[in-house]
Amino acid sequence: MAEAQNYPVGSTTAGQIAVAAESTVATRMSAPPSFDVADFPVPHGREEEWRFTPLERLRGLHDGTAVATGDGVKVDVQAPEGVTVETVGRDDARIGRAGTPVDRVAAQAYSSFEKAGVVTVPKETVLTEPIRIAVHGEGGVAYGHQVIELEAFAEAVVVIDHTGDAVLAANVDYVLGDGAKLTVVSVQDWDDKAVHVGQHNALIGRDATFKSFVVTFGGDLVRLHPRVAYAGTGGEAELFGLYFTDSGQHQEHRLLVDHNTPHCKSNVMYKGALQGESAHAVWIGDVLIEAKAEGTDTYEMNRNLVLTDGARVDSVPNLEIETGEIVGAGHASATGRFDDEQLFYLMARGIPEHEARRLVVRGFFAELVQQIGVADIEERLLAKIEEELEASVA
Amino acid sequence: MATLEIRDLHVTVEADNATKEILKGVDLTVKQGETHAIMGPNGSGKSTLAYSLAGHPKYTITGGTVTLDGEDVLEMSVDERARAGLFLAMQYPVEVPGVSVSNFLRTSATAIRGEAPKLRTWVKEVKETMERLNMDPSFAERNVNEGFSGGEKKRHEILQLELLKPKVAILDETDSGLDVDALRIVSEGVNRVRETGEVGTLLITHYTRILRYIKPDHVHVFAGGRIVESGGPELADKLENEGYEAYVKGGASA
Repeated sequence: MAEAQNYPVGSTTAGQIAVAAESTVATRMSAPPSFDVADFPVPHGREEEWRFTPLERLRGLHDGTAVATGDGVKVDVQAPEGVTVETVGRDDARIGRAGTPVDRVAAQAYSSFEKAGVVTVPKETVLTEPIRIAVHGEGGVAYGHQVIELEAFAEAVVVIDHTGDAVLAANVDYVLGDGAKLTVVSVQDWDDKAVHVGQHNALIGRDATFKSFVVTFGGDLVRLHPRVAYAGTGGEAELFGLYFTDSGQHQEHRLLVDHNTPHCKSNVMYKGALQGESAHAVWIGDVLIEAKAEGTDTYEMNRNLVLTDGARVDSVPNLEIETGEIVGAGHASATGRFDDEQLFYLMARGIPEHEARRLVVRGFFAELVQQIGVADIEERLLAKIEEELEASVA
Repeated sequence: MATLEIRDLHVTVEADNATKEILKGVDLTVKQGETHAIMGPNGSGKSTLAYSLAGHPKYTITGGTVTLDGEDVLEMSVDERARAGLFLAMQYPVEVPGVSVSNFLRTSATAIRGEAPKLRTWVKEVKETMERLNMDPSFAERNVNEGFSGGEKKRHEILQLELLKPKVAILDETDSGLDVDALRIVSEGVNRVRETGEVGTLLITHYTRILRYIKPDHVHVFAGGRIVESGGPELADKLENEGYEAYVKGGASA
């Protein structure tokens, strides 16, 4: 059965820790999913799915006033031989198979993009090099859509790297054929002013494995919806996330794992560090085990490390179980402070303060970073963490 | 010869919006090679003395001096004190999630020694020290103090004591919560360090039990925030038989 845990470690912070209110997956959304933006009223901010998000900082993505400009984002795809890379029109049948937009901004992106990217790894093709998709903001407003499909028994690593400055609403579809193995790393390394909202849908085929890392460092506001559903039995999803929320940043990750098929697995682990005045991280972890999904095995966990006063975390794990015939289901959320006692202990062993902080934060993220398995990305993340910490010491 | 000198030390702590004086004029000199036992009832201020010497931010020094070889300890930050040669084995060691024991020990040894220990000799040194303390090698891969039993925490403290080789070691109730076997193992570790003759030891304890394993040169009775009586090992025997009542009822204790 579900197990809810919360350990507020150390002394109280000026921030806040919120855990699982009485909301359920079913009631969370104020409108049913739709591809058409007109099906969603303009949010006013009190809806369950918008209550943590500062709407005024969405720069009009939520109310139709953000109009695409020519200088939105530049997308560059580098793929090893054997991979098909296409740019297609809105009517391409391969778009939108992994999931339907669940909120107004995702539907706006779907209604507004002009061309979509489609990357296909053919049947039984096993890549040894990652596919790299660089999305670079050029300062304007953009809507986008990307499809990444692995046909049966294909194996690939995909890195989607977001940099620069933009106001971007873009969705991604991951479609995994039977027995396919996809690892995807989505890095949000935006400049300070960027706004990025998107829904990432994964549809996992029979016996397929989906492993995702969502890494968010930059931006003024980042709000992502990683979502998973299964197209056949034996599917596995591992959803990992890492965020480092600085002063003034709003970083929101809203996950849904829909166990709609028997005998599938999911494991969610998101970890975040926060520092600085009004740094705000939101983590919503919804897991739904439908009545027909017997044999489900799921666990989700969110941990936050609050490094300074003034930061705020809202962490809401939520598990909805419609059948008792499952292997396991659990969730945990813990938000702790890098407390004075840890600092004292390390310093009492001769370790200088900045080194002590670095040790703890690196340690906190290490288990996630090490699992990525893409060396240059791992190094960049560790360097990025160092950089963030240097900024906090200065 | 390293010498820790504590003169007329006064320390306060903030509690319930009030300032409370805990240490009321402590005088003590600990020389390299000596072992001093500080014994006293609960609440007498023994642990406050230990944490104040290490520089815990909770405590405010309101008077007196502490020097190590003439250097002003009270002017130093916590890490500077450790690098100057002070070591505090804590009664309640702190969990540090995500930081492995091996990473922690090496980072600490690098800071204390001023350079990173050579990897090959370091690994051997850690392994042998752990073996002597009956610690499983897998211990090194666990996170610092996370999920450690009481005995494991204390052994981990003594492991650090042996590896960091301080000039003055303060052991704050290292014996509390240990069964006889663990107490013996921990005491043997402390004795190995003492036998080098290079460390001054300040053994803070409530019970006389540990003094059967670690023989002090000097015993001090601590009550009411200061040392109220000093003597040789025979003073411990007296405490064993008579307890602290004479000191507490004398009105010295708060």
